[in-house]
Amino acid sequence: MTITVYVPRDTTALALGADEVAALIEQAANGRGLDIKLIRNGSRGLSWLEPMVEVATAGGRMAYGPVEPGDVADLVDAGLFEGGLDHPLARGLTDEIPYLKHQQRLTFSRIGLTDPLSIDDYRAHRGFAGLEKALRMTSQGIVDEVKASGLRGRGGAAFPTAIKWQTVHDEPQGQKTIVCNADEGDSGTFADRLVMECDPYMLIEGMTIAGLAVGATQGYIYLRSEYPLAHRIFNDALGRAYRAGYLGNDILGSGKAFDLEVRLGAGAYICGEETSLLESLEGRRGLVRAKPPLPAIEGLFGRPTVVNNVLSLAAVPFILDQGGQAYADYGMGRSRGTLALQLAGNVKRGGLVELAFGVTLRELMEDFGGGTLSGRPLKAVQVGGPLGAYLPESQWDNPIDYEGFAAFGGVVGHGGVVLFDDSVDMGEQARFAMEFCGVESCGKCTPCRIGAVRGVEVIDRIRAGDAAEANLALLADLCETMVDGSLCAMGGMTPFPVQSVMKHFPNDLTPRQAQPAGGKPC
Amino acid sequence: MSHASPQTAGAWTPAQIQEVVDTHKSMPGAMLPTLHAIQERFGYVPEAAIPIIAETLRHTRAEVHGIISFYHHFRTQPPGRHVVQVCRAEACQAVGSRQLEAHVKTALGVDYHQTSLDREFTLEPVYCLGNCACGPSVRVNDEVHGRMTAAKFDRLVERLTTMVLEVE
Repeated sequence: MTITVYVPRDTTALALGADEVAALIEQAANGRGLDIKLIRNGSRGLSWLEPMVEVATAGGRMAYGPVEPGDVADLVDAGLFEGGLDHPLARGLTDEIPYLKHQQRLTFSRIGLTDPLSIDDYRAHRGFAGLEKALRMTSQGIVDEVKASGLRGRGGAAFPTAIKWQTVHDEPQGQKTIVCNADEGDSGTFADRLVMECDPYMLIEGMTIAGLAVGATQGYIYLRSEYPLAHRIFNDALGRAYRAGYLGNDILGSGKAFDLEVRLGAGAYICGEETSLLESLEGRRGLVRAKPPLPAIEGLFGRPTVVNNVLSLAAVPFILDQGGQAYADYGMGRSRGTLALQLAGNVKRGGLVELAFGVTLRELMEDFGGGTLSGRPLKAVQVGGPLGAYLPESQWDNPIDYEGFAAFGGVVGHGGVVLFDDSVDMGEQARFAMEFCGVESCGKCTPCRIGAVRGVEVIDRIRAGDAAEANLALLADLCETMVDGSLCAMGGMTPFPVQSVMKHFPNDLTPRQAQPAGGKPC
Repeated sequence: MSHASPQTAGAWTPAQIQEVVDTHKSMPGAMLPTLHAIQERFGYVPEAAIPIIAETLRHTRAEVHGIISFYHHFRTQPPGRHVVQVCRAEACQAVGSRQLEAHVKTALGVDYHQTSLDREFTLEPVYCLGNCACGPSVRVNDEVHGRMTAAKFDRLVERLTTMVLEVE
C-alpha cells in the first residue's frame, strides 16, 4: 500500500530545511522497502511547526513538527509512516491542532491541503467554482456580489473593493487593467506570499473574476523581488492555467478573454503604494502620484485600472462561490469577513491566523501565539507593518476592526502582528521607523524626504541627552508636519510608531541619566 | 542566448546587452523587465548598458540612471560569488537581528553594500523576506534561511566557501 507523506515547500519550510527533510524521508522509506508518495504541499500556515510533515492515515492527516533533518531517523523509528504518536514531535491529527481548529479559514481554506501546482487538487477543493459562476453572470452582477460581501481592501487602506470595481466598470469601454499589488513589504506580513506559493490558482481565479467584473482583459501582478520562490511557483501555475484554458482568449470556452503576467519589483518599499506601483510598472522610478486622478479612472498607462491587494483578490473566489452574504456573515461593524492575521517576531507560535474581525489582540497573541518565543514578558506589539503604532498592554484588549483600531490611532494594515519582549529598546524602534523612511522614501515630497533624515538626527540627540526636552518638542512638531504634509502614507504614517513610543514608552526615548522623575509629556 | 561556456559575472559585450534589451523592448513598461534580465544574466547592470537601454527604450541616459539608482535591487558593480542579505526589519529585530547583523559584518569583514576582498561575498541589507514568524532571516542568493544564529551563520559561510573550492 502506498503511504502518502506531505512535506511543505513554502519559503518558511524551506528556510528551515524542508528539502533535506523530504530527501531523508524518501531515503528512509526506500531503505525499509516502503512505497511512499511524497507530496510537496503548501504550508498550512503553522509556521512554528515548520517543516511540518504530515502522513495520511485512515483517520486523517497526522502532523509532525517542527521536523529538523536530524529528527527524521528517530521519527521513522517511532512509526512516522504508520501515523504513530509515540514521539515528542507528533502533534496528532492536523485538523485537531487547536491553532488551526479555532481559525475561520475562508480565504485560506485550501493552503497546505493541496499540491500548490495541481489544478486537480485545486478543483477538488472548490477551486474555480467561483469563476464558473462568474462566467454565467453579468459584469454588474459580479460587482454586486462583491458589494454584498462588504469586502474592503486588505492591503491596508481598507477601501471598499466593490466601489473601486464599480468605478472601473462604469468607465467607457476600452483597455482596462487589473493590477494585483503583491509588493508585500510590511515586516511581519507573509500572507500574500502564502497565497502565491501555496494556493496560486486562487489568485489567478480572483483576478480573472475581477477582469470579468470590470471588463478588463489584462492583468499584472506586481511581485516584490524579495520573493523568488513565490515568483517561480506562481509563474509555473500561470503556465498551467493557460494550458488548461483558465486564462487566455477563450476562458473555459466562454469566449471571454483574460491575460495575466507577473512583473517583478526591485526592492523599493514605496512601490507598495498604488500610484508608485503603477509608475514602476510603467517603467519609471516609483514616485508617488498625486490623487486625483484616481487609478480607477486614470491608472496604468492612463487607463482605468483596478489596483487590489493579493488578499482582496484572493477573497473573491469564495465570495462568488458561496455568495457575498456568506462572507459578510463574518466580522463586526463595518469590517466584514475575515482577516488574515500574521503572528510574527518574538512569538512562540508564529504563523497565519485567519479569523473574523473582532478578535482581540490579547486573544491572538496569547491563545494563538502562546506569548513570546523568549519566554520573557511581552512589552509591545506593532500591528500593521512599519507604519503601524507600537501598542502597549493597555491596548491589547481592543477588538481588531478597522474603525475600532483607527479610533485609538492603531493601524490594522495588512494584518501583521509583531511581538516584542521586554528586552526591546523602544527608543531604538522609534529611530528605526525614521531610518526606514529615510531609506525608502521616494523623495517626491519634502516632509517625508527631509523629515525622515531630520527625525533620525533629532532622536539621536534626544537619546544622547542633548537638550532632550527641547528636542522632544521638536520631534513632536516634526511628526505632526510629516503626518499633515506628506503626499502618501509613507511619510504620513512613519510618525505613528514614533508618536506611539513618545506616548507609551517615554522612558525608553530619554537617556537614563537625564531622565526626569515622572516621565515625559508628549 | 547560447553560450559555449557558462557566463561569469562581470563578463559582457555591448552586443550581448543589446540582445537582452531587444528581447524585452516591445513589452509595455519594458524598463524593469529589461534591467532584471540584464542583472540576471550579467550579475549587475554595467554602466555601458545605460546608453544602450536609453537608445532602445527611448529614454534619456539620465532617466535610465535615475531608474537604476532608485531601486535597491539593481547594482552597478559586479557582486561577489554569493550575495548575502540580512533582514533588518522589525519582526527580525524582535528576535535579535541587530546582534546577528553585527556578527555577519564581522564574520564577512565587510559592511553593507560591500564585497569581500576575496570576492566571495557581497553583503546587502534587506527589509523583509516574508519569513517573519521564523526569523532572523538571511537570504543567500535565492535561498532564505530562517531562525538564523551566529553559529548557524558561520556554518553556512563555511559550507558556501567549501562548496566553491570543490567546484574549482
